[in-house]
Amino acid sequence: MLVNELGQLVQDKLTLNFGEGSSKLEYHYDFPVFIVSKDKLYDILTFLKEDKDLSFKYLTTMCGVQFPNAQPELEFGLMYQLHNMEKNYRIRLKVFMPKSDLNMKSITTIWSAANWMEREAFDFYGFNFIGHPNLKRILNMEEMNYHPMRKEYPLEDATRHDKEDKYFGR
Amino acid sequence: MELKEKELVELAEKNYSVLNLGPTHPATHGIFQNVLKMDGEIIIDSEPTIGYIHRAFEKIAERKPYNQITTLTDRLNYCSSPINNMAWHMTVEKLINAEIPKRAQYMRVIIMELSRIADHIICDTVIAVDTGAATGYFHLFQYREMIYEIFEEICGARLTTNIGRIGGLERDFSTMAWEKIQKFMSKFPAALKEFDRLVTRNRIFMDRTIGVGSVSKEMAMRYSFSGPNMRAAGIDYDVRVMNPYCSYEDFEFDIPVGTSGDTFDRFMVRLEEMWQSYRIIEQAIAKMPEGRYYGDVPDFYLPQKEEVYSSMEALIYHFKIVMGENDVPKGEVYHSVEGGNGELGFYLISDGGRTPFRLHIRRPCFIYYQSYPEIIKGGMLSDAILTMSSMNVIAGELDA
Repeated sequence: MLVNELGQLVQDKLTLNFGEGSSKLEYHYDFPVFIVSKDKLYDILTFLKEDKDLSFKYLTTMCGVQFPNAQPELEFGLMYQLHNMEKNYRIRLKVFMPKSDLNMKSITTIWSAANWMEREAFDFYGFNFIGHPNLKRILNMEEMNYHPMRKEYPLEDATRHDKEDKYFGR
Repeated sequence: MELKEKELVELAEKNYSVLNLGPTHPATHGIFQNVLKMDGEIIIDSEPTIGYIHRAFEKIAERKPYNQITTLTDRLNYCSSPINNMAWHMTVEKLINAEIPKRAQYMRVIIMELSRIADHIICDTVIAVDTGAATGYFHLFQYREMIYEIFEEICGARLTTNIGRIGGLERDFSTMAWEKIQKFMSKFPAALKEFDRLVTRNRIFMDRTIGVGSVSKEMAMRYSFSGPNMRAAGIDYDVRVMNPYCSYEDFEFDIPVGTSGDTFDRFMVRLEEMWQSYRIIEQAIAKMPEGRYYGDVPDFYLPQKEEVYSSMEALIYHFKIVMGENDVPKGEVYHSVEGGNGELGFYLISDGGRTPFRLHIRRPCFIYYQSYPEIIKGGMLSDAILTMSSMNVIAGELDA
């Protein structure tokens, strides 16, 4: 099935079940990407897993992202990637939220695999997954008091200027 | 060794001891800590702690030009680093829509399948060592050494290979490399057969592995298993077949599938996959097309040295590539390959700058290792060790 056919199929189903405008469809290379609202995500994921035609039973991966230059309500995002192995459908879902409200319903009840993935997103970006059985840091040490993947923490020493873009004509 | 629900409730009323397994323990083959709650020799509960060798690759990658990220991928699953390297190259090639000639793709297939064999040799022989059969380990490691010599001949490094470039390979296989591949191909089948005869039907080995650490189909799906562990549980998911990359659709090979998902099945799936990888390499050598070993990707592939010394354009490109000056299209791309232990995926967001805006790595063992407490619950401590080695959890990939 072509990517845009799959995108349209899922989009139609979501519109039928969650109302007009519940998801915004984009295409990125070989993936249809659906931008959905934060409070509907849990229900949409449950629906995509349970629906007979779609049956996205496999959570491939999920991760957090941050766009510091975007509008405040689109600053933080989460990406979920699902796979239907019988028909080889792959889709990606995204939700966006402002920095002031990083609460998100945990999907560990749908997929056990989300447990560590959510802990990783919490560790790196500070998302608060409501209903997670054991939400604590996973890769960094417990004592760490910030979320290191956020863009406000530069990778290198902030006093260092020799690698600034202006020296390279950018 | 699974305990029934009722027996577990009875056990809950007893006193337990807490055992700290790891972080460094000779039996765990890597840095893993598990705090076990034990009743005698039976595991009641466990809690894994990971992150001991976390090196923040995803963060470092946000500062590095695309070419330099290859060296980070070496250190993910270091038992089969060429697969990681090439997965990364293919991700970038997908982002920039590069066409790679067939010859380069076939050469990549040979390298990737050789490293899959090396990866499975380590895992399978270590399972045998953990059951007490060390001979197979020493015997087959000679052949892993031969694979590393091939890598050395192709790219100059053995373990952290940094093999290939974005756009193709850095150089064609030399005559010596071909000779080494031929030598490996002629000697390996006999050795693998011998290993099979030595271990698989051994009574002790079978008793120690059959029914130990079983993973059901349902559990494999719930925990997003992938790779040999998932196939051992009976789900025939292989990225090479489902979403072929790098011309895998040109080759004929079978996907071995297990039934009960126990340690023995995982061992057998890997053993059979080595044969299948061998078949793929044979076909790739026989069908090796003529042509260039790199694609037309001037923005990423370093120009030939003779040209750099003689022509202006080549020198400019050389400089731009080394400084990471080239424009990359904006976009987000996900590319996954069948790694040594599962689906290795790179999710890359590019904002058009010299470095990725965000790189997320789908590390297969990070995802399936979280099922470990559930698998070993109610089993014996010695079986837990065996289960871990049969799951092929690599610390470098787990902690990224």
